[in-house]
Amino acid sequence: MASWPILSVVTFLPLVGALFCLVVQGPKEAVDRNCRSAALITSLVTFLVSLLLWVHFDPTKAGFQFEEKVAWIPALNIGYHMGIDGISLFFVLLSTLLTPICILASWEAVETRVKEYMVAFLVLETFMVGMFCALDLALFYVFFEGVLIPMFLIIGVWGGKRRVYAAFKFFLYTLLGSVLMLLAIIAIYWQAGTSDFPTVMEKLQLPFQWQFWLWLAFFASFAVKVPMWPVHTWLPDAHVEAPTAGSVILAGVLLKMGGYGFIRFSVTLFPEATQYFAPLVFGLSVIAVIYTSLVALVQEDMKKLIAYSSVAHMGFVTIGIYVMNMQGVQGSIFQMLSHGIVSAALFLCVGIVYDRMHTREIAAYGGLVHRMPRYAFVFMFFTLASVGLPGLSGFIGEFLVLIGTFKANTWVAFLAATGLILGAAYALWLYRKIIFGELTKDSLKAILDMNRREVAVFLPLVLIVLWMGIYPNSFLDPMAPAVDKLIGDYNAALKLARTAALP
Amino acid sequence: MNDIIGLEHWTLARPELFLAVATSLLLLYGVLRGEASTAFISIATSVALIVTAILLFAPYREGTAFASLFVTDRLTTTMKALVLISSAVALLMSRAYFERAQVWRFEYPLIVALATLGMMLMISANDLMSLYVGLELQSLALYVIAAFQRDSVRSTEAGIKYFVLGSVASGMLLFGASLIYGFCGGTAFVQISQALLAGKAAEIGTTIGLVFVVAGLAFKVAAVPFHMWTPDVYEGAPTPVTAFFAVATKIAGVSLLVSVLMGPFKPMFPQWQQIIVAAAVLSMAWGAFAALRQQNIKRLMAYSSIANVGYVLLGVASGTEKGIQSVVFYLAIYMVMNLGTFAIILLMKRRDIMVENVSDLAGLGRSHPLLALAMMVFMFSLAGIPPLAGFWGKLYVFMAAVEARLFWPAVLGVLASVVASYYYLRIVKVMYFDEGTEAIDQPVFSMNRAVAFVSAVLVALFSLLPQPLSAIAAAAAKGLFP
Repeated sequence: MASWPILSVVTFLPLVGALFCLVVQGPKEAVDRNCRSAALITSLVTFLVSLLLWVHFDPTKAGFQFEEKVAWIPALNIGYHMGIDGISLFFVLLSTLLTPICILASWEAVETRVKEYMVAFLVLETFMVGMFCALDLALFYVFFEGVLIPMFLIIGVWGGKRRVYAAFKFFLYTLLGSVLMLLAIIAIYWQAGTSDFPTVMEKLQLPFQWQFWLWLAFFASFAVKVPMWPVHTWLPDAHVEAPTAGSVILAGVLLKMGGYGFIRFSVTLFPEATQYFAPLVFGLSVIAVIYTSLVALVQEDMKKLIAYSSVAHMGFVTIGIYVMNMQGVQGSIFQMLSHGIVSAALFLCVGIVYDRMHTREIAAYGGLVHRMPRYAFVFMFFTLASVGLPGLSGFIGEFLVLIGTFKANTWVAFLAATGLILGAAYALWLYRKIIFGELTKDSLKAILDMNRREVAVFLPLVLIVLWMGIYPNSFLDPMAPAVDKLIGDYNAALKLARTAALP
Repeated sequence: MNDIIGLEHWTLARPELFLAVATSLLLLYGVLRGEASTAFISIATSVALIVTAILLFAPYREGTAFASLFVTDRLTTTMKALVLISSAVALLMSRAYFERAQVWRFEYPLIVALATLGMMLMISANDLMSLYVGLELQSLALYVIAAFQRDSVRSTEAGIKYFVLGSVASGMLLFGASLIYGFCGGTAFVQISQALLAGKAAEIGTTIGLVFVVAGLAFKVAAVPFHMWTPDVYEGAPTPVTAFFAVATKIAGVSLLVSVLMGPFKPMFPQWQQIIVAAAVLSMAWGAFAALRQQNIKRLMAYSSIANVGYVLLGVASGTEKGIQSVVFYLAIYMVMNLGTFAIILLMKRRDIMVENVSDLAGLGRSHPLLALAMMVFMFSLAGIPPLAGFWGKLYVFMAAVEARLFWPAVLGVLASVVASYYYLRIVKVMYFDEGTEAIDQPVFSMNRAVAFVSAVLVALFSLLPQPLSAIAAAAAKGLFP
């Protein structure tokens, strides 16, 4: 085990790069160049350090590892408590992986206010990583909500035409959900006398009446983040208007904060309410899967289509979490990781042609395969991964979720499975429209294939998707004990509640 | 009790006495030297305010004095320190503004010092009489400085408006106090408390008296529904005066409210809790909604201050030790955020003319990156977004509210904070998303810049070390709960 506070280093290392970017002075070109390099180097180093987490991680343990605990506000019993288990490990890695990729992807696409852009991204990374590591409810909330500030700026400053509208919508929607969760956190703190999460988990015994309301408050926050139907409407706007890298982080990590929150907090703290509300979640998720897939079919904007597909894919995730069995939860986590990479890659694919043509209209493209063979391959690869082709990462997650769901509720499984067919329909339709066909449009005749930097962006993602699809055990094994414990605790709590209810 | 001129009394009131004597001497000096002394007097007054703050703690004393008209304890001392700091900083920020308006006169700093003295007296009041005297000393001074820019119609209008409405509030307070006196048989807080405990709390006369006293005090802190003077006065008064109003008078008023409600009227907690909860919820909601369409940034800050008072009142309404802690904690953070924000508003001038519309900030992110960054920190902090200081203030208040089982007010409060975040975000949007037409003037190195940056750093890095402030708040609240 590492003897140094490795989680804090991973969390706060990006801030060092941000600080450097803030103070660097000089002519604009030099500043831009230095900031780009500094941001890339910092985020790469952060990624390498975070790999140490995986290396040193003990996959047989269910509890939290790499724990750090320092008193923060002793008067209020709020502590700085960090730690990860098999569930959060890969989310941390996902965040640290996607940040350097985003920075690399914005190398040439972002020309204005490069310095501020890089600072925003590095600060964002700190908040994301911190959120997945936080084991104190107050600390968690600080990171969870802190994400809004850099994301608001990224959408608002570097976004598209309706960026102001999208940025406000994103901010206010998520804030509205989060503040209700804040009250729930305060209520838990009041009942438990501390905000330290492991202590709360042990001590908290809430009557159903309380669980009911607190679950709803947490749901308000996480459902908006995931996002679940019908509170998903901020997502297409935010995705369409955000710069490419912003969309990548939104789809890749920010949506996972909702799913992670459900697993870490809602299910653990409110088992009875979880059981009670599971049908509601199933209903909303099934609607999300089918309805948003249909909506995706009629989109004219590439990013919007992928955004709706994200809602549909996240519908699978919420179903898998609330069936609360081994396959379901593991499948959900795996699906989130896979979607984090695949949807991020798809947004990057859109970014590639957007940088060249400055339009995201599907109708503006067609026949790209003639000019861009490499691009056509990459796009095909990730489209199929998104559809769930066996051998690629998407398949494992969806398959596990469907197995788990089938065990719990056949009808939900059946309805969710229709989403797979619809998913194939819109994804392949998008691919055909853009890549295949005759290259008739004059504007496209001179388009260039991916350059070396762009290949470097995609290469790691391609390899990871293959790895996850071919040998998923690398990922499933470390999370198994933690998920096992989660489900064990959940069933034990339900059993306890049932015996207590008997006369 | 008999020994009114005993040394004991004078040492307890040492800071107040020092400030009173210093102000008088400086006034003499100013009168003798004329306008030439303004710069010196302004600096000397700030120094006097700081020295007074030091005297509060060196050495720290507590007890009652002057036939128990006057009391000092941890809470009053902490509140006085906050008031003194904000007065001193507000004074330091005002020079450039008044010089440009050509009303940079030596009376201004002295009136600010007198207002501060009034605030200190009312914070320390332990009797309805001394309360009223302190309150009026403060108010009269404030009426004058609101109208200090004599040749400006808006400024004089603000002064008159404040004076007329403030007098009505004082009248209400006096009426309430006379009822309390009539029913309880005394004006000293101890007497009132004893009478209420002995059964007077149930009488309708004391309840009516309480309502009038609370109404009078609610006016002074600009809580809805007694807030209507605030936007006009904040907009019309010279900007440094607005900063002073927004920070120092708020702190003093809330402190007075706390010591009255948690002191003599504690036996009537169930009665006044309803009033304060209603005022808190209304203030949070009205402060959020009414500010949405404001174009003038001073007016916007007026509504923002109304909303902030709502959060503070929610802490007061808890009536618990934690509630009072949250009040102190919130006020300290509020002071830093608001002083910083006003320091930036004071830097908003274009071609040497002050501008005060939100739209005048357009493009600030490009033309003045550091100023814009500081302003953004204040705005997100006022909106209560972590990890900035404002979040912790709100967290503390809501913790107190939830633990006092004020669930619905807390829910309404967080919802109002989402609405309010819209107008704070709008300022960020104007600074960063909009292209500016013409940048505001390049500020020279000045006090205001320094205040803005120091406050911004404090607000931004507060999360690193929140412990000291929470310890101070805890110590301050302990005095009320022996």
